[in-house]
Amino acid sequence: MPEVTLVEAINLALGRAMEDDESVVVLGEDVGVDGGVFRATAGLQKRFGSERVLDTPLAELLISGLCVGMAAQGLRPVGEIQFMGFLYPCFDQLVNHASRMRNRTQGRLTCSMVLRTPHGAGIRAPEHHSESTEAMLAHIPGLRVVMPSSPERAYRLLLAAIRDPDPVVFLEPTRMYRAAKAEVEDNGEALPLDHAFVLREGRDVTLVSWGAMLKETIAAADELSAEGIDAEVIDLATLKPYDEATVVSSVQKTGRCVIVHEAARTGGFGAEIAAIIAERSLSSLLAPVTRVTGYDTVVPMARLEQHYIPSVARIVTAARKACQFS
Amino acid sequence: MASQRMADEGLPVIARFEVHRRNYLKSDGSIARPVPAFASDANLLLSLYRAMVLLRHFDRKAVALQHTGRLGTYAVSLGQEAVSVGIASAMREEDVLLPSYRDNGALLWRGVKLEEILLFWGGDERGNQFSGPVHDFPFCVPVGSQAPHAAGVAYAFKLRREPRVAVCMFGDGATSKGDVYEAMNFAGVHKLPVVFVATNNQWAISVPLRLQTGSETLAQKAIAAGFTGEQVDGNDVVAMSAAAEAAVAAARDGKGPRFIEAVTYRLGDHTTSDDASRYRSADEVQMHWKEDPIGRLRTFFVDKRMWSKADEEQLAADCHERIEAATERYLAMAPRQPETMFDHLYADLPEAYAAQRHELAGEGDA
Repeated sequence: MPEVTLVEAINLALGRAMEDDESVVVLGEDVGVDGGVFRATAGLQKRFGSERVLDTPLAELLISGLCVGMAAQGLRPVGEIQFMGFLYPCFDQLVNHASRMRNRTQGRLTCSMVLRTPHGAGIRAPEHHSESTEAMLAHIPGLRVVMPSSPERAYRLLLAAIRDPDPVVFLEPTRMYRAAKAEVEDNGEALPLDHAFVLREGRDVTLVSWGAMLKETIAAADELSAEGIDAEVIDLATLKPYDEATVVSSVQKTGRCVIVHEAARTGGFGAEIAAIIAERSLSSLLAPVTRVTGYDTVVPMARLEQHYIPSVARIVTAARKACQFS
Repeated sequence: MASQRMADEGLPVIARFEVHRRNYLKSDGSIARPVPAFASDANLLLSLYRAMVLLRHFDRKAVALQHTGRLGTYAVSLGQEAVSVGIASAMREEDVLLPSYRDNGALLWRGVKLEEILLFWGGDERGNQFSGPVHDFPFCVPVGSQAPHAAGVAYAFKLRREPRVAVCMFGDGATSKGDVYEAMNFAGVHKLPVVFVATNNQWAISVPLRLQTGSETLAQKAIAAGFTGEQVDGNDVVAMSAAAEAAVAAARDGKGPRFIEAVTYRLGDHTTSDDASRYRSADEVQMHWKEDPIGRLRTFFVDKRMWSKADEEQLAADCHERIEAATERYLAMAPRQPETMFDHLYADLPEAYAAQRHELAGEGDA
């Protein structure tokens, strides 16, 4: 079985979904002939034609709005927004329409759609290409927010997202697109949404993260292990709705938790996790829950972005402090 | 003028555009030009008339219900009944309507029940689970944001080779939004079977049309998107119906999108929460009453001896009876159980929110 990169896994999943279900339609800027700015849709237009893989005009609001209309008609649109910094014109459609169509019509019209977009910094991209504003999305009732952290989970979670009867925003870790490589069997099998994955079991401290930050988090767990600290690593994978039970039961076992995310701290999704641990598992805590996050500033352009993204050292320090707390 | 200077320089004209205006029934009920063939069908004209009168009576009742605390904020169609009724009359069951919040007339024509409209404006989502075509969209409240949906719906029709048409209705204010232009632009690119209808009632709450756009017409906005825009006398239901017939037929025929600017006037307040006397004069409103779409069609009927005072009284009585019965059914409908606010959030309620539903149901703590 050949190894594929994360972006190739996305491409495999899109191809598989289109092969299996003719109602799946891929749309976005440059997704057709060009195959997408990251090549996520490479070759799809050739295989499935320009009606099912369509280059849209350069209008993000339109892409998300088209998805809502198509979905109400029973298609399963997969829209691509080139970078998360360009997602914001879609918010009206996500908040006012996609996420509530089922609810406001009491199930008469539904919105099975996926909006894919690259997430996060770290590829020396221009301004507005390095956003990680997933917490804004995770606040929207009726939506699903999913973020894979490996080629395998990218393939299987994207398939699950496309097959899901409700709208999903699928955030793809940009700096893992080509950096992450693994064997993925293109067998059409999905992984469950709303489900966190324990990537590594441990007794001493729970590290919770998602998306590209799993790379630093796993590296931190390796370093901690060399110091004799046994870290459990959880990939949250679906942020909305998220798997509270897996997080809480892990913290009940370890008594310590460090949450790692790239997004700015204040109002970030880490706050939600810290709150649920406090509500459901306070008595099992042996140390305060801490967050290792991006700073509360605008994500800097290329020259400083490595200083913004939480480092392995910051995660190790936070975990070590939690273990030394008394 | 710049265009004159360019002509003086000998620069060639590379494109010319025209906008036509459609009108058959003048405001005094007389005929401006030969009416289209369908207008010789007296039953059809009478059904358009009845639908407009029903809507006017219904609006009056809805406002009364709102004033007595039995309905939420409500948007009347007073003066513009011919637009929504005329447009809907040209649609088939299998077509898809994407209405804005003042298009009650179109919903009623398509089979939505009076009590369902009251239910929606009374604050109950079940009003959108209506008896009209199951594929029709609910009222769109965020202005113009349903236009991209219409393009998406029409794209689905084209992809599946279905001879169906999406009809998207919005007001003059919506034409200022990018949503509407983005949708029209896409529809133009793919020659989609969609008809965009701008109900130009001159006022977007308190903002008059002259502050909304520098365009001479709204119809010409279609030209930039690559298709035909037509201005129609929106108070002439014959013109509205004929324009809609032509546009829907062209769209169904694969000839691409059309745009209809229905010129009318909002005789009432924006909604029951508005007081239009703050921003426009009584004289202005009074002047527009002369254009009343219902009055002019009635005059036309009376002149043709198709309609008597007794007919009018009978119609009023019928409307009254229907509206009272619908109101009773609406008022008798108990609110949903609180926990049902979760029931259509997702296809299956995620485990993460089950506890909150239980809490609302009084079945335990969240």
